[in-house]
Amino acid sequence: MSDHAAPADKASILRDGIRAAWPICLGYVPIGLAFGVLAQKAGLSPLAIGLMSLLVFAGSSQFIAVAMLGTGAGIAAIVATTFTVNLRHLLMSSAISVYLKGLHRRWLSLFAYGITDESFALNLVRFREGNWDFKRALTVNHVTNAFWVASTVIGGLGGALIPAHAFGIDYALMGMFLCLLVYQLRGRFYVLTGLIAGAAAVILSIAIPGNSYIVMASVIAATAGLLIRRRYPRITRQRGSR
Amino acid sequence: MITVDYLILCLGMGLVTYVPRWAPLFALSQRTLPRWLEEWLDMIPAAILSALILPALVTVGEPRQLTLWNNDLLVAVPVFLFALRTRSLGGTVVLGMALYWLAGKFLG
Repeated sequence: MSDHAAPADKASILRDGIRAAWPICLGYVPIGLAFGVLAQKAGLSPLAIGLMSLLVFAGSSQFIAVAMLGTGAGIAAIVATTFTVNLRHLLMSSAISVYLKGLHRRWLSLFAYGITDESFALNLVRFREGNWDFKRALTVNHVTNAFWVASTVIGGLGGALIPAHAFGIDYALMGMFLCLLVYQLRGRFYVLTGLIAGAAAVILSIAIPGNSYIVMASVIAATAGLLIRRRYPRITRQRGSR
Repeated sequence: MITVDYLILCLGMGLVTYVPRWAPLFALSQRTLPRWLEEWLDMIPAAILSALILPALVTVGEPRQLTLWNNDLLVAVPVFLFALRTRSLGGTVVLGMALYWLAGKFLG
């Protein structure tokens, strides 16, 4: 399969993008609703909720911001916290840049807006497997973004009417993360890197409050993975490391 | 009603979130990366996802504490195996929800 095998008409781009994106959307709805309900209780109007979702588009930092607003924190403190929580996108943006070479900078700037934990992992897998292109990836970004913004606003409008914890929907994001992780385990070497990251993240998350453990553990594990890959190239080449 | 302060807050949050999403894409996609950096970046997805998943499964509360017996972790085992076997994202999400719902009903 080459990168250019996918048909280029708008309808098939949209269809492929939506087909790939729906599990992410399913995961966003309960979290978006929950965020909307919390934000509404903190005194934000549906319009204000939609504005934040549109401008920030990063779930966990939005939850933290609303909680901080509730405690009367200042703008600078909330913005600084948001920065540290969302710093992990630096790593994702770097990793996905490999597949967006030579693209016009205007398109890159648009694509950057939609990089989330979920869209990043999904698009990366699709790019790697082939039959995927920038436009399909951008569709995934924007469809999931639309679901996020809409579900947070709906949560703010009347999310309290929707029963919490219905149908195990709280687990949708975890289910998605687990499958996206499976896609990344393309050999024992990636399994090892994942294990190092997981162990480091657990230890760091208990030792250090906040969310800095995500970036720290990822950097530690990727570096350890690289060193091991360099040290034992033969073991790691056994199962398609590329 | 949106106050000026709230608008500034959202713009500030948006800016500090957007820049880390944008800067590497902007800087790196225009050039050829050294081999070691490509290999390092190749490790990042497995690392980030593991770093997101594991603490969510085995810690609870704030400050976080270790917990090795909870529904999240219990459900994760069959869901992970299902994902390994089927590689279906939609199927995994739906199975995860179903099992988590059942676990909540029967295990409390």
